This record gives sequence, structure tokens and C-alpha cells, in this order.
Amino acid sequence: MVNEYGMEDDNQLTVEQAIANLQGEDLGLRVYAAWWLGRFRVDAQEAIDLLVAALEDEDDRTNGGGYPLRRNAARALGKLGDRRAVPPLMRALECSDFYVREAAAQSLEMLGDVSCIPILIELLKDNVPGTLPATEPPQLAQPYDAILEALGTLGATDAIPYIRPFLDHFIPRIKFAAARAMYQLTVDPQEASQYGDRLIEELSNDSLQLRRTVLADLGAIGYFPAAEAIAQTLAENSLKLISLKGLLEKQLQQTKLPDLSLEAIKVMTLMDELL
Amino acid sequence: MNATLQSLIRAVEEADSSTKMLEAVENLAAARLEEAVPTLIAVLGYNNPGAAVAAVDGLVQIGEPAVAPLLEQLDRHNYSARAWAIRALAGIGDPRGLITLLGAATADFALSVRRAAARGLGSMKWHWFPNEELLEIAQEEALEALLFVAQQDEEWVVRYSAVVGLQSLAQAISTTHPDWLSQIQSQFEQMANNDHNWAVRGRVFWAQQQLQAKAQELQPADEQPSPLSAMDWHLIMEKLYERRNQERLVFPEGDPRRYRELAVAIAQDNNDS
Repeated sequence: MVNEYGMEDDNQLTVEQAIANLQGEDLGLRVYAAWWLGRFRVDAQEAIDLLVAALEDEDDRTNGGGYPLRRNAARALGKLGDRRAVPPLMRALECSDFYVREAAAQSLEMLGDVSCIPILIELLKDNVPGTLPATEPPQLAQPYDAILEALGTLGATDAIPYIRPFLDHFIPRIKFAAARAMYQLTVDPQEASQYGDRLIEELSNDSLQLRRTVLADLGAIGYFPAAEAIAQTLAENSLKLISLKGLLEKQLQQTKLPDLSLEAIKVMTLMDELL
Repeated sequence: MNATLQSLIRAVEEADSSTKMLEAVENLAAARLEEAVPTLIAVLGYNNPGAAVAAVDGLVQIGEPAVAPLLEQLDRHNYSARAWAIRALAGIGDPRGLITLLGAATADFALSVRRAAARGLGSMKWHWFPNEELLEIAQEEALEALLFVAQQDEEWVVRYSAVVGLQSLAQAISTTHPDWLSQIQSQFEQMANNDHNWAVRGRVFWAQQQLQAKAQELQPADEQPSPLSAMDWHLIMEKLYERRNQERLVFPEGDPRRYRELAVAIAQDNNDS
């Protein structure tokens, strides 16, 4: 098996073998095959059909009632880019397992299909019957950060009133996800920049883990005014570079290459220094 | 050893939290004292990334006097310390680090090391080379390594870094080797059209624009003389020839370069989640 990077995979799984494993008896191999198909972006019809079927799996359960195979199938379907997966992933948002819902929300965000917005809003409002909270503290009712990020990316302006209260959520990464979504959804540039600036402030947060999270959020929205602060925050250069790449790509979309804006050059100057 | 230096070093040795360590290393690095080199190098092995970044910055500022101890460091076994030492060598650009950087840019497991080495290869202190022959071999090796990385590396940021390296190298050789310059330009042309990563393509366009602008103005020459001895040059030359001959061979069994792609695949998985 030679994948997209032109190299041999480590354990010699082939597409055929992965598809066979996904239907096999060994639960461990099934879970691995689901992950593998997503990892190597195997978007064959048969793989997608089987992954969709795996979203309804009942064989593989954890002691806490979770569905490991469903989680991996949901994650893989986001990477395969086939919108046929949208309706089944929307049904997965009603799964009792918190982590299946989280994976489904992330994959729906990647697939970019706006038809899932209403059910995402219902989930954000914790209005979907049969959904159980996360099994470990603080036992969140819903994967709020994944839902908020999806709503922002999908341009769900209707969701603004339901997103706003999360700007003050007690869990920082959920608070950041809300700011990020509000930035994406707010039309007025001045108001939008307030949400971007909230994220910049968090680059001075005492926690390295939170600074890393904010770097990812700022990269995702490509918020140019954050460029200097990103370059200066205390975190790994690799993460700063990924974040700045998000800013650069946003700038490059706004001009037609080979034209480069002053902003684009500014971002590249900062990136050069971090290499 | 003066009193200030002693207290700065003591602060590093006695730091009992990662924040205090970072602060102590930053202070020591800011002093820019040659005598701080052993302590800064020791910090590279502490498994404290924040402090290591500060130590690398400090070593790059100190420059040439740090090179020999850094090269010694490379012989030890701590991989993470090795990686940081290579980053420092890349930042300093001393010709004694050239062979190490050539290997690191093309074959290191860690993308952060390949990235730093690629940039460093473009900005070696070429004016320190004592004669045309050696300079030519060194620059040709750097050119080949950078073209290889620009074409082959799976990681966008390493290709980005190779573009930065190639741009610096192009500026260094533009009058002496117009044939190499046009090789670099056609590599840029190809990447501008074909690289699937937007950030890399953006950096290529910027490199092209800067090369065009630079064609009109002359580079100010850096007059700092080379501190390297005849023995240093002898060793560099020997290793360069050795490398040249080796490269014509297929990687032998057990050569770490054979396993790089596997390592990249594993790292990629971790990055995906």
C-alpha cells in the first residue's frame, strides 16, 4: 500500500485488508481499520458504506457504555469528504456516547454541509433526548467546543444568540471556541475584532496548554492583528508556525497570486524568524 | 569568571520550576558571554523546551565560540539535545557545522530539525571560506540538499524553510554561478505553480520578488574575518569529499535515512488528532 505521501505504510495494511477487517470478527482490528481508512483517506464507495454502517455498531462497547468503533467511523468520515455521510453523521449527533457526538460534530464541520445547523443548535441547547454527558469530570452535557467550532465554520448566523452565552463559559477552550465562532459569524468588522482580540489576550495566559489551544483557534480564523502576539507568545515554534500559516493563507486568499499584500509579507517575515 | 556570570549560572543550576528555569536561562543568554556556553549547552539536555529555545537563542548570539562545544555535544546520545544543538548550529552558520546541517536537512527524523537546518544551509557564513574550490564544493552541496528538500519533503514547513534557504543561497551565488541561480529560479517556478500548500507558494512568490529586487543592488559585504584554522578547513574538506562520494550510493542497511519516512508517518498520525 502506497499512500498519498508516496511511502509504504507501517504495518502493510492494504485497502482490501482494511475493508475486510472492518467487517471481521476482531473488534480491535475493526476499530483500527476504521481509523486507518480515514488516516489514509481511502474514499472508495465500499469504505464509505461500511463506515456509515459502523456508525450504528452495537458490538463494540466500553464499560462506560461508549462506542469506540462508532467514534472512529465518525472521525474517518469527516476526512473522506463525501457528503453522503452527512445524514448518518447527523443521526450520530443523537448518540448517547458523548465522544461519538464530538467526532460527528467535528466531521460535519469538515464536510461543510449547512443542513446540519439546526440539529447542532439543538445539541448546543442540550435539547437532544437520550444524549449522556461525558464520563469524566466536569461531565459536560455536550461537546460544546466541537459544536461551537462547527457552527462558526458553517456560517450559522442563526446560532449567534445561543453561542454568545458560551463566551463566559468556565472551561477556557469552550470560551475560546465561542469567541472564534462569534468572530466568524459577526458581520460588523469592529465587533468581530473584539472577539479576535479576546483570543489575543489569551496568548498571555499562564497555561501553556491554553496558549497552544488559542494558537490553533487564531490560525483557524486567520486573525491578522494577532500576528505579532503569536510570534511572541511562549510556545513551540512549530505551533506558532502552524498558527501563522492560517493567517498567511487568509491573506493570500485576499489577493491574486503572485500579488502579495503587505500583511502577507509581514506574516512571512515573522514566520522566517521562527524556522 | 566574574561575579555576575557566576550568579547567572547559579540561578540556572538552582532553578526549581520550569518558569524559573526559563527566566534564569533568558538572563544568562542575554549576558552574551562566551563563558556561558557550557551551561547553555547543558540546558539543551534538560528536556525543558522553553528553556532550550532561550538557550539556542543565546548560543546563536554568542556565535562562533559556541561551535566547537556544540559539535562535541552532537556526539552524545541524548536525541532531543542533539536536535537543539543542530538548531543552534543552523542559527550560527559556521562552516564547521556544514556537514551536520547537510545531513540534518535531508534526513533527520524531526521536522523541526530539518526545518532549522534547511534555513541554516542557505545562510552559512560563505565569506569565511578560504578558497574558491572549497566554497564551490560547499555551495554545490548546499544547493543539492536544498533542492532535494524543496522537492521531496512531505512537510509544508520544511519546504517553506527550503525556499527561505534557497533564496539566501541564490543571493550569495547570483554573480558567481548564474547556472545555479537559474536552477533555483526554475525550482521556484515549479513550486509556484505546483506546490499544493498555499503558504509555501506564497513564500516562493516573495522569494522571487526579493531576488528580482536584489538583482539591482549590490550585497553589502560582511567583513568579519574567519576565525577558522587550517586544521578546521582540512577536516571540513575531508568530510565534504567523503559526503560527495557517499551520496552516489544507496543508503546502506541500518542507515537512519532508510527509516525516516516511517518516522514521518508515525509523527503525522500524532499530528492528525
